[in-house]
Amino acid sequence: MDINIVIGGAAGQGLETIAYLLSKSLVRMGYGVRTSRDYMSRVRGGHNFSRLRISADSPMAAAEQIDILVALNEETYDLHRDFLTANGRVIYDPDSFSLPESESRGTPVQLQALAQEAGGAIMSNTVATGAVLVLLGMDTAAAEKLLVEEFTGKEGVAESNIAALKAGYQAASKTCSACFELPAQNRKPASQIFLEGNEALGMAALASGCRFLSAYPMTPSTGIMDYLAGKQGAYDVVVEQAEDEIAAINMALGASYAGVRSMTSTSGGGFALMTEGLSLAGMTETPLVIILSMRPGPATGLPTRTEQGDLDFSLYGGHGEFARAVLSATSLEDAFYRLNKAFDLAEKYQIPVIFLSDQDFADTSRSLAPYDFARLRYDRHLLETWESRPRYQRYTFTENGLSPRAFPGQFPGETVLADSDEHDEDGHIIEDAETRKKMVNKRLARLELLAAEMDEPLHYGAHEPDLLLVGWGSTYGALREAVDILALKGNNVALLHFSDLWPFPAKTLTELLPRVHKSFCVENNATGQLAKLIKGQTGLSLDHHILKYDGRPFLPADIVREVKIHG
Amino acid sequence: MGNPSCRPADYTGQDPSWCPGCGNFNILKALQNALAELQIPPHQALLCSGIGQAAKMPHYMRTNGFNGLHGRALPPAVGARVANINLKVIVTSGDGDTYGEGGNHFIHTIRRNPDLAHFVHNNQIYGLTKGQASPTSEQGMKTKVQPAGVMLPPFPPLSIALTMGAGFVARCFSGEVDHLKEVMKEAISFPGYALVDILQPCVTFNKLNTFAWYKNRVVQLKDHDPADRHEAARLARRWGDEIPIGILYREKNPRATFESQIRALQGEPLVYRPFDPGALQSLQDEFI
Repeated sequence: MDINIVIGGAAGQGLETIAYLLSKSLVRMGYGVRTSRDYMSRVRGGHNFSRLRISADSPMAAAEQIDILVALNEETYDLHRDFLTANGRVIYDPDSFSLPESESRGTPVQLQALAQEAGGAIMSNTVATGAVLVLLGMDTAAAEKLLVEEFTGKEGVAESNIAALKAGYQAASKTCSACFELPAQNRKPASQIFLEGNEALGMAALASGCRFLSAYPMTPSTGIMDYLAGKQGAYDVVVEQAEDEIAAINMALGASYAGVRSMTSTSGGGFALMTEGLSLAGMTETPLVIILSMRPGPATGLPTRTEQGDLDFSLYGGHGEFARAVLSATSLEDAFYRLNKAFDLAEKYQIPVIFLSDQDFADTSRSLAPYDFARLRYDRHLLETWESRPRYQRYTFTENGLSPRAFPGQFPGETVLADSDEHDEDGHIIEDAETRKKMVNKRLARLELLAAEMDEPLHYGAHEPDLLLVGWGSTYGALREAVDILALKGNNVALLHFSDLWPFPAKTLTELLPRVHKSFCVENNATGQLAKLIKGQTGLSLDHHILKYDGRPFLPADIVREVKIHG
Repeated sequence: MGNPSCRPADYTGQDPSWCPGCGNFNILKALQNALAELQIPPHQALLCSGIGQAAKMPHYMRTNGFNGLHGRALPPAVGARVANINLKVIVTSGDGDTYGEGGNHFIHTIRRNPDLAHFVHNNQIYGLTKGQASPTSEQGMKTKVQPAGVMLPPFPPLSIALTMGAGFVARCFSGEVDHLKEVMKEAISFPGYALVDILQPCVTFNKLNTFAWYKNRVVQLKDHDPADRHEAARLARRWGDEIPIGILYREKNPRATFESQIRALQGEPLVYRPFDPGALQSLQDEFI
């Protein structure tokens, strides 16, 4: 049986520490864990919560129902009580608020008072963690070890936190001990990693040989910057916080032109400022990876929430016509290798590659088997030797449009000229019609080769389905589970899920779509941007749109409900 | 591979398409001579520019070049320095590009202090778009777009650079080409961000600040101690009948450059370091 925990309260109450201690303890013991964050764009107050799901295997989506609700304030109880299961428990502080008399599921724990006794009210969250552990029938050993790791070097802090942990454990054991049965431990202890999307992307960039990230902090992309910034010094990587996103993309282009793998990361508003530089990457044929971590727009929108609203923008942003690739993050397992592919494609085809993530992917952590770094590709696709010809020309005409790329200083006596104006093979400004036309053709010719590199969508579920769900990006987990639920209820159903989006891989969809009874495009946006892309690229329409644009990620139940209504 | 030669002619690029008499010709000549005298071979120099008549310099020179977007000459230059600290990076662009469209980059690059020389061709007018006011145009100057005269006071690049803490601040005049060349050499050799604001007549569009206008006003600095920051600030404000040219300020003990403060940039340039993804498997240990 899965167990679902929601930990809610105001910003600043230490919710994330509870989620972290619980998740990491469980992961180390061999359980499958998924933890996602729902937070407001404020540093103090408001209502924030984390969802934690425990399964035998790593859960790919969150669930609607709640088994254990850790309510650090009354609002949390009020907002989530309807989703609490009949046998669920509410951990709350009776000194802070009371539950209604009709509520029989309360596990009162004097969070503040016990924390105070242990050494400080700030440790209320650690007390709450202890309470959850006893409900789950776990001991405190793993959490104690984590506290020691966390507070090494801070005298007495680990000890008092351990005291707080044990106090919460004791107090909650009075109402209910081991009242939930944990699922099987399918993994060996200490065999899994547990990380969030932004950490996986940061690590993938570093392991792909990215040596320069210039970016401007913007939620929900900032975690990528945090990760790489922390690796400076120990690894050959430089992170520069630029004065704005315009500088960020132009710095990255300068470094890439000068021969170093470079990247920038941002969200929609920052990407808007970057589109001029995106076009420059297209014109100068300078490789660049841009992680666009989406949040709901327009304008400032909902800064800390999720949306798949910038697919159109990533496809069409930037003036003029040039080649680009657009890939997306679907699952933690896949995104690590796919970002590596983005770096490879950028240099192989000398183009900008936009990698779409979103808040849901960025901030969600899951347990998974360690990555295999030997699978990562590292080929710079650079000109290796230079001889004989009169001079190096950056934009030499070739059959496939790709000119051998060298970097400044690579070959003594040879120079490299990149130009944002239309140019000749040397990179010098021209205006004649013939060269212009040849250069446009040269820059676009690579799209054909690039198209052959795109992965077809992942086909999950029935081979010849009646019902077909189509999605892309971070909704993969929710869609996959929706397919499982629908299949269990006797539906002949499948999912086609896109990771690579441009050039659009149309083959599988074109073959399958005409054979199904009913198709659904499921997107975290208001206008069905993938459906429009499909229509434009294949002429095919999907029967129904399941769209969610309230800033929240899909839960499998959302999708199942809609399919039942329209299926 | 032999040592590439460094004669002025070795830096010759395309034929310039500037108007006859344009002040840019002398700036081009001074830069070619400066690089030759400093013995920086073409493949080890990188010219970054934005857009405008001045920004066409990378085409008229033979060095590496990144002719980027309007206002964006500085950020690619910073990126290139990160990639390869062996490259001599020179940014060469106009007053509109640098002080208008690229104002934010100008301010923050001074703070950042990368080791690059920044040559701003300041003709106090927009040439490429045919004669609108630039950020440094004189108040009251009439143009097609400012028919009643420019309302805004001119942008003071030298004062701003000094206020922001630039370690090297100079002003030159394109009509004094040897003086310009010598200052350029000093700027290129200075460890850190070095600004040279180069007054330059636009013979076609600026009928106010003509060659003669500048020639009658510029005075080479004599007996000025460039380490004197207060005096430099006073000189930076001088404009009118007498305009001082030369090195206004050169920090005696230049502060640490951007590159020197980044651990990963010490030693061999980043671009030449080998890499093996397989060796990084242990990165995920922290997530267990």
